[in-house]
Amino acid sequence: MTNHNQLDYLDELEAEAIHILREVAGQFERPALLFSGGKDSITLVRLAEKAFRPGKFPFPLVHIDTGHNFIETIQYRDDMVARLGEKLIVGLVQDSIDQGKVVEQKGKNASRNPLQTVTLLDTIADNKFDACIGGARRDEEKARAKERIFSVRDEFGQWDPKRQRPELWNIYNGKIHKGENVRVFPISNWTELDVWNYIRRENIALPSIYFAHERDTIVRNGQLMAANEVLNMDADDVIERRTVRFRTVGDMTCTAAVASEAFLIDDIIDEISNSKISERGARMDDKVSEAAMEDRKKGGYF
Amino acid sequence: MDILKFLTAGSVDDGKSTLIGRLLYDSDSILLDQLEALQSSNRKNDDGTIDLAILTDGLKAEREQGITIDVAYKYFQTDKRKFIIADTPGHIQYTRNMVTGASNANLAIILVDARKGVIEQTIRHSFLVSLLGIQQVVLAINKMDMVDYSEDVYNKIVADYKVLAGKVDLKNVHYLPVSALKGDNIVNNSTNMPWYPGESLLHFLETVELNIDNSTEHARFPVQWVVRPQTDELHDYRGYAGRVSSGSFKVNDKVTVLPSGFTSTISKIEVFDKEPAEATAGMSITMHLADEIDISRGDLLVNSSYQPQVSQLIEADLCWMDTRALDTTHTYFIQHNSKVTRCKIQETLYKVNINTLEKEQSEDFKLNDIGRIIIKTADPLAFDAYQENKANGGAIIIDSRTNVTVGAVMLRSVAD
Ligand SMILES: Nc1nc2c(ncn2[C@@H]2O[C@H](COP(=O)(O)OP(=O)(O)O)[C@@H](O)[C@H]2O)c(=O)[nH]1
Repeated sequence: MTNHNQLDYLDELEAEAIHILREVAGQFERPALLFSGGKDSITLVRLAEKAFRPGKFPFPLVHIDTGHNFIETIQYRDDMVARLGEKLIVGLVQDSIDQGKVVEQKGKNASRNPLQTVTLLDTIADNKFDACIGGARRDEEKARAKERIFSVRDEFGQWDPKRQRPELWNIYNGKIHKGENVRVFPISNWTELDVWNYIRRENIALPSIYFAHERDTIVRNGQLMAANEVLNMDADDVIERRTVRFRTVGDMTCTAAVASEAFLIDDIIDEISNSKISERGARMDDKVSEAAMEDRKKGGYF
Repeated sequence: MDILKFLTAGSVDDGKSTLIGRLLYDSDSILLDQLEALQSSNRKNDDGTIDLAILTDGLKAEREQGITIDVAYKYFQTDKRKFIIADTPGHIQYTRNMVTGASNANLAIILVDARKGVIEQTIRHSFLVSLLGIQQVVLAINKMDMVDYSEDVYNKIVADYKVLAGKVDLKNVHYLPVSALKGDNIVNNSTNMPWYPGESLLHFLETVELNIDNSTEHARFPVQWVVRPQTDELHDYRGYAGRVSSGSFKVNDKVTVLPSGFTSTISKIEVFDKEPAEATAGMSITMHLADEIDISRGDLLVNSSYQPQVSQLIEADLCWMDTRALDTTHTYFIQHNSKVTRCKIQETLYKVNINTLEKEQSEDFKLNDIGRIIIKTADPLAFDAYQENKANGGAIIIDSRTNVTVGAVMLRSVAD
């Protein structure tokens, strides 16, 4: 006999993500969860709790810290780790700069965002991670729409879109050679709205910068940026206090704010449901070229 | 609200990308910045309107060649349902991509060009959809604007397709005349085809019933991970974590562990902080048993009254996905749910010419070849016939030399 009751979509997405996390635990020797402090990786942490409690996580959390993070993000991270009692490994971009492995960008649009890749790859190599769980979603960007849930990277962290493994049913092939590693994206099939609805349903706390607040801002390349010491500002930049919020919590040098009166999660969900600007539209680093994301992924970016 | 995953299949230029673009566009699923990027792109239709097909293109190489070569996933939702589209290429050289996209779909939209009707590619796509066990099919007869929205053209194609559907054993086919370019019958009912009484494509997708197998007969639970906190207060805690792949389990059900054959009773079902009395297909749970028995990742728990087949010699359908041909002397890995074991393709029974559906005698399985084989595994697999229970009948072949997934296997029966 067949009946027709299907899981609600959030339950289904959750169950799929938990299944993927458990596959990582079962298939890899040294996995890690890449934690950015953003809502997507916060969601991953929640899913990991659901997958492994009352046991411990079978992986540490790894944060690549550009040194230009919003303090609210770092505070959130530290509180969360204390609450969870799980291990946190921090890779500092500043270390990569000090070691001369990367050179800080100059000029008005200087950002440490592109430098992260080197620190990430070093952190992976130092800890011999064979799988890194990330919060990327396929609805974010055209190149991501084609990426597998288990995405194999070579020694240089590179993604080769032409050599992706077929990925069938919910069977994930995590076999790799020495030196390779796999990026795993458990919430590939979630949309931005799904993540927000899930956060609301699960009552998950978020860093305060996601919600509307007052802050000094400047307009740069048509976008609102937080005015602060890490942004290279000059006399042309007019600082103005505005009510804004952030839709992603990347590096302060490349994460744009949006004017918003969304003080509560319900307001945010309303805002997004009606919004006409997609999430990555608020990140300057994707605007560089139509194929920007694809190029960065090939170069080992998350 | 639930999720419908569907696949789109058609040959190059049938209008697949336009159709998806139209669905997204007319259902208001395109965001402003994407629309801007679209408008500023230099690809336009002949009449100057934006080319909706760009919405589903992804990789640079594809943009350069102007064709779709991989599976791209697209997401949209209406008030009634969430949709995940697997957009797959139609050309024969990308058969494996279509098989990949089809493996997770509940429904397939097969496109034909109204001017051409049922062609070789349609046969191939229909065969693959059937092979991958997709139960619902929409035959979208596109470019109706180019045949004057003719009812006769439509009727002829429907009649032709019915013959094909019978041959490849597709039971639920829904026929739909559309123009993806002009928008007829995509989101709104067409006024150009008053002779067609049916609903629009979107309306159909929103309301079609999905068959979810929650029967006790197919209660299957592959163990992925054993939760053992080993702390003082949880010293004896031992939970089996996994996702119910099909059917339903209840507390107090008698279960059998396969392949070992040990039996026990479900003492508790946990979903994080909840303890439901029943777990159904698709749920990720932690299961507890009344007895302490040796269970580890790769084992399958089933309802003791309804056991699957268990064997090391299995007849199956195979789609070969690698540029290096199948080697019947080589030892591969086979991965079935959470279980991985070594295997050999012991015998190739026949290959199917997927354009004509004729069977051919051949040892030689190259990229995109499909046919019947007998597989021998190092450890026994506990499986159901794919066509009866997809969730416990699919497996992949991995090449131990490259670690790449080289084959998709639809298990059928114990071979003798
Ligand atoms: N007249 C007409 N042209 C269409 C229709 N659908 C698609 N096309 C055109 O057919 C060509 C191929 O469409 P495209 O969506 O790129 O096909 P794909 O290769 O199947 O993705 C494009 O020039 C489209 O504008 C239709 O319904 N009517």
